[in-house]
Amino acid sequence: MSPVSQRSGRGVYVAGNDIDTDRIIPARFLKCVTFDELGPALFFDERFDSEGNSKGHILDAPQHAGASILISDVNFGCGSSREHAPQALQKFGIHVVIAETFAEIFQGNCTTLGIPCLKMVGEARQSLARLVGQFPEAELLIDLSAKSLTFANESFEFDMQESSREAFLLGRFDPLDELLVAKDRISDVANRLGGGSHQ
Amino acid sequence: MGKNLYQKVWNDHLVGTLSNGQCQIFMALHLIHEVTSPQAFGMLKDKGLSVAYPERTFATVDHIIPTDDQSRPFQDEMADRMISVLAEATEAHGIEFFKPNSGAQGIVHVVGPELGLTQPGMTICCGDSHTSTHGAFGCIAFGIGTSQVRDVLASQTLAMDPLKVRRIEVTGSLGPGVTAKDVTLHIIRTLGVNGGVGYAYEYAGSVIEAMSMEERMTVCNMSIEGGARCGYINPDATTFDYLKDRERCPSGDAFDAAVQRWASYASDQDAEYDDVITIDGSAIEPTVTWGVTPGQAISVLDHVPDPKAVAGLDQELMTDALRYMQLEAGAPIAGTKIDVAFIGSCTNGRVSDFQAVAHAIKGHRVAAGVRAIAVPGSEKVDAEARALGIDRVLTEAGFEWRLPGCSMCLAMNPDKLVGDEVCASSSNRNFIGRQGSSTGRTILMSPIMVAAAAVEGCVADARVVFGLENR
Repeated sequence: MSPVSQRSGRGVYVAGNDIDTDRIIPARFLKCVTFDELGPALFFDERFDSEGNSKGHILDAPQHAGASILISDVNFGCGSSREHAPQALQKFGIHVVIAETFAEIFQGNCTTLGIPCLKMVGEARQSLARLVGQFPEAELLIDLSAKSLTFANESFEFDMQESSREAFLLGRFDPLDELLVAKDRISDVANRLGGGSHQ
Repeated sequence: MGKNLYQKVWNDHLVGTLSNGQCQIFMALHLIHEVTSPQAFGMLKDKGLSVAYPERTFATVDHIIPTDDQSRPFQDEMADRMISVLAEATEAHGIEFFKPNSGAQGIVHVVGPELGLTQPGMTICCGDSHTSTHGAFGCIAFGIGTSQVRDVLASQTLAMDPLKVRRIEVTGSLGPGVTAKDVTLHIIRTLGVNGGVGYAYEYAGSVIEAMSMEERMTVCNMSIEGGARCGYINPDATTFDYLKDRERCPSGDAFDAAVQRWASYASDQDAEYDDVITIDGSAIEPTVTWGVTPGQAISVLDHVPDPKAVAGLDQELMTDALRYMQLEAGAPIAGTKIDVAFIGSCTNGRVSDFQAVAHAIKGHRVAAGVRAIAVPGSEKVDAEARALGIDRVLTEAGFEWRLPGCSMCLAMNPDKLVGDEVCASSSNRNFIGRQGSSTGRTILMSPIMVAAAAVEGCVADARVVFGLENR
């Protein structure tokens, strides 16, 4: 894992508050034993009707093809803990999500997969969303160390869960290797707690 | 200054601090199931790692299991494969697996408590957001993603940020026919579906103290629907009575010693909180949802709200929700026609839920044209309900009594809504498409309210339908 301090790409605005992970990926697509095939299932029921015909969702708009930065509104990713949701986003090609707030489990899952979740308050986010709609071909430039975003000659500030930002800057957003280092201390805690249900 | 339960349990399981400032927290108990966990074993294999503490992980199958015929192979090939993959992985790593027909299989959040695996003062995690259920015992219990399942399998720890704690005091006492489900829907409606983001909820007050463990589980279960990753209730005599003689709990002198330790985790009298709010429990009415989030809820006596009362994006989203639900602003919610009645899930699929329904519905019949199913939360719930004759009362009233599983809560098995059917449901989520049809409609409510809706063929006040007010 290398440090991540910048990300860039074209944006797409998916409007809505409380967009839950059932909408991001309906439960029937969770019938799988690997995450490999999830990309096309992203927002499936919002993008396609029951016959599989496109409903003209913004993610399928030609001007947004290849967009990698998804912008939404309040409480994005609420509901089920399914990692299938950020996995589907990533496999679809989304590498950054911007919203006013995020559900915690979703945000944690995104961090581990290397998808920064940027928090932007109402007015700034709405004006960014509008600009992205006007200039779909333009690139957003994101700087995690400065907590700033540049788009169409305008500059925006964002916030981020500090430990997550730190993890990206340190290049350890997947924490497993560091967790394993503490082997002996883990075993001390296990012995101290002892017992429990398994005894 | 004293400490609250969250702080005590957190400190007790703290391993150390990580380079990005997060804490490394030991997980006392890890529960896994067939949908979000098998992939984690593949991740372990890729990294050449093994399971560090297999005796602290337990597996069950619940999400995809059929509730009509559980003989193998299942009709759904992928569902059968998912169970096989979990069975192989648990076998290979020495993890106990509560298989179908073992007498212990069931929904993961029903199984843990009923076996006594869930004990006060534990940190508990599972690849399922409703892990908050276990907080009813005074645990820090929360849902995790699959990569975190991998972290726990490999290290028995997680990288975490501590949450703030909001104490929610529910005062007074509940009226007849008002249940734990109404309390939790009322809290979510009051604080919002994202009101709990960044918080653990501590539920307290006379209403919570008076609740049974199964009712407390219903309340903690829905914490996540209010945005709180975990919610808990301080352990007390009700908790210890429930745990006494449970299969996986200590017994004899060891139980008495455990009770002393468990009691010590309860929040101190002078504990500090980041926020405290009070809710008048006596004012809570039977509550039902009208929209597509659990916070879009009203009293059964109320009218569907009018989007014109709000502005901007909120108005747009509310209008969309009403269009999806095919409801008219200003119309009474009572009388909304239903097609399906579902009683079950990790929220309301325990013996006391079915017992309350049996008690109320005796002598009534499910309305013509309503498909009504009751799905016990576990094989133990099924066996106990049968021993009490509950299955017969429900069957005679016109419900189908099914085999245990998550069933129509998320419809990953064959139990699904068809087209735009309306379901009166005792489950936890009324999200768009949640119950297996992309146009299906869900109205969340308590089990006895589902029973009342089943009998009337429409949303109805259970207190009136079953004459509960004078009992």
